[in-house]
Amino acid sequence: MYESCCHTGLNMLAEGSSFFKGLLLGSIFCLVVSLLGNFTPSWQSSPGIHLHHHIKAPSKEDLQGLPETQKLELSLRVRVYCAIMVQPKDLAYYLTAKDTWSKHCDRAEFYTSESSKAIEAVNLQEQDEWARIRKALTHAYNNAGDLRWFFVARATTFAIIENLKYLVLDKDPRQPFYIGRTAKSGELEYVEFTSGIILSYEALRRLTEVFDDTEKCPERGRALWKLSEEKQLAECLKYRGVFAENGEDTQGKGLFNSKSVNSLIADSLDQDPADVVENCCSDMAITFSGMTPNQMQVMMFGIYRLHPYGHTFHDSLVFLPPVGSEND
Amino acid sequence: MPTMKGINSRCAFYLGFLVGTCTLYFLRQVWLVGLAPTLSDGLGSNAKVLLNQRAEHRDWRVEGSALINLKHPHNIGEDSQVADELYQKVRILCWVMTGPSNLQKKAQHVKATWSRHCNVVLFMSSEEDRDFPTVGLDTGEGRDKLYWKTIRAFHYVFKNHGEEADWFLKADDDTFVVVDNLRWLLSNYTPEDPIYFGKRFKPYAKQGYMSGGAGYVLSKEALKRFVEGFRTKVCTHTTSVEDLALGQCMEKMGVLAGDSRDTMQRETFHPFVPESHLTGKFSKSFWYWNYCYYPIVEASGPQCCSDLAISFHYVDAQLMYLLEYYTYHLRPYGYRYRYQPPLSLVLGMVHQAEGVEEPGNGAAGKGQGLADDKAVEQVQTDLENRPETQPEKNPAVNRTVAEKEVQQ
Repeated sequence: MYESCCHTGLNMLAEGSSFFKGLLLGSIFCLVVSLLGNFTPSWQSSPGIHLHHHIKAPSKEDLQGLPETQKLELSLRVRVYCAIMVQPKDLAYYLTAKDTWSKHCDRAEFYTSESSKAIEAVNLQEQDEWARIRKALTHAYNNAGDLRWFFVARATTFAIIENLKYLVLDKDPRQPFYIGRTAKSGELEYVEFTSGIILSYEALRRLTEVFDDTEKCPERGRALWKLSEEKQLAECLKYRGVFAENGEDTQGKGLFNSKSVNSLIADSLDQDPADVVENCCSDMAITFSGMTPNQMQVMMFGIYRLHPYGHTFHDSLVFLPPVGSEND
Repeated sequence: MPTMKGINSRCAFYLGFLVGTCTLYFLRQVWLVGLAPTLSDGLGSNAKVLLNQRAEHRDWRVEGSALINLKHPHNIGEDSQVADELYQKVRILCWVMTGPSNLQKKAQHVKATWSRHCNVVLFMSSEEDRDFPTVGLDTGEGRDKLYWKTIRAFHYVFKNHGEEADWFLKADDDTFVVVDNLRWLLSNYTPEDPIYFGKRFKPYAKQGYMSGGAGYVLSKEALKRFVEGFRTKVCTHTTSVEDLALGQCMEKMGVLAGDSRDTMQRETFHPFVPESHLTGKFSKSFWYWNYCYYPIVEASGPQCCSDLAISFHYVDAQLMYLLEYYTYHLRPYGYRYRYQPPLSLVLGMVHQAEGVEEPGNGAAGKGQGLADDKAVEQVQTDLENRPETQPEKNPAVNRTVAEKEVQQ
């Protein structure tokens, strides 16, 4: 009897030790898995890639390092060519863009899908959106003059060019930059077209080169399934080593918005009524999309004219109101 | 038996493995939660911004039903020296006309946005609410009670907070006010002037009256006279049309209806939303055309509204936050605004805002501050000794005429 108890005891002990072995191994296993989970597999991305994936505007500290003369020089040197895509059915947007934000581009060129008496634009004679973008960007590249930054957007987008210039202020346009609001489709990271796309001169140069390669960058899109034009663009740029980067402010808030400011405020009000404005959008936002022409006029007033007396910012750049304009 | 033993120990092993995994998983979760505060510090500026926002809500001192503003809201990276000085020198008490059913729908959004820029805020309702807080005026609700509420509200403010402010603003719970711009307007006057400002309408009163919805602001002297008018029965509850009735009382008490337009004759108080003023096309038969005291510069388009706009009306919740975002947050980096009006010297504020220099005043210049106290004193003495310059600001209003009418 005693022996069998002892025996059972020994059995249990043996099982106990197995139990504890299991316990220990399980704990270690759990730890290892969670540590691995936090690891970003940086070795997976291809070598020799640019170091930045999120582009931030220069912080005040960055700019204070620059001498005064260089700041002034930069204010004049950062110049933007705006390629604005319109269609005759969006006449109201064409008129609004022409009357509002496009006046702040150093050069604003409208590109239309077909000719229309009311629209003064380069007629691309093209219905396919990807083909239109190709043609527009090629035209922009060939007519750039000494402009080194390119912003391409639909006329239904509203852009604050001063903040765009501030974002790229400390970036060299002889390097490839492809900036906007990024999204991922499988392995492909691309910039959403709705919220506008920034291309540096070098990025655009490489793009026009790869346009000639009908294998890698076909004009009509791939035969089997058509990618959207924004993804096509990303694919073509990827072949030349140009990768999408998300434009953010110094706090990490996105600068490019694919929604209207009105709906972003409404979302913020739903989510956190205590801090609606702080949680909505960046103070240095660059684009909003999906607003009505009237809402764009209100935005124009709200940005360029309405301001509270007695609050100033000692900014490192100076932008003057455009000549011959009244609403800014 | 060996096989049984083996199975048992294997089972024990698996069981132990499972228990170990689960235990450590839960332990990790708890560990992470416990470390959350320290982790968020590690996020840097993001956390600091959030902390600042939370702190802002503690910048009110509640005194009875009044919210006393302890700190004028600031934005990161801005130089608000001039705004802060105006805040000290042009003290504004804002009272907001609301009601019990509108506290969460409307008044709450006023509380969260523009009213934070007032020196003192009071929410006036028919019933008291300790939590919001609101003052109970012991009236009913409804359009027919509007003037009663206004009369009682001003009396309450005069009695309980008369010394805490220089100017007294009335607004609705769907009015949006840019209080900094109101201070700029009022800095050209003193609280001893019997004057009041708003969106001026012309019918029914000789000097016109101010639209209730667009908000109007009384000087301390004007408030004194309003209260005095009711004491002496010169003013009574004549009609429930609050803005007209108040305007008629003001006229009887010799309080001037001021010109609130900016130096380019653009309106600052607006009875509609920005979209209407900027893009709307009012039909020729719309009453507005016959009501505006001053010629409508442009019915729609940028000259409708001053850059230093003070108010808009019929503003719903979303638009409140949107206007707060446009006014105080979203801005074009480095942009030099077209409209750069100078600051009045009435308050002895020597330095100018935004780099505009006042000719003939050697002490002007950005960022000079009040370091030179002697110069400031000299300016103040000069201002006190100078002949009255106030009427020059309002060519449209003949002060002597108003005074004559009071004597009649």
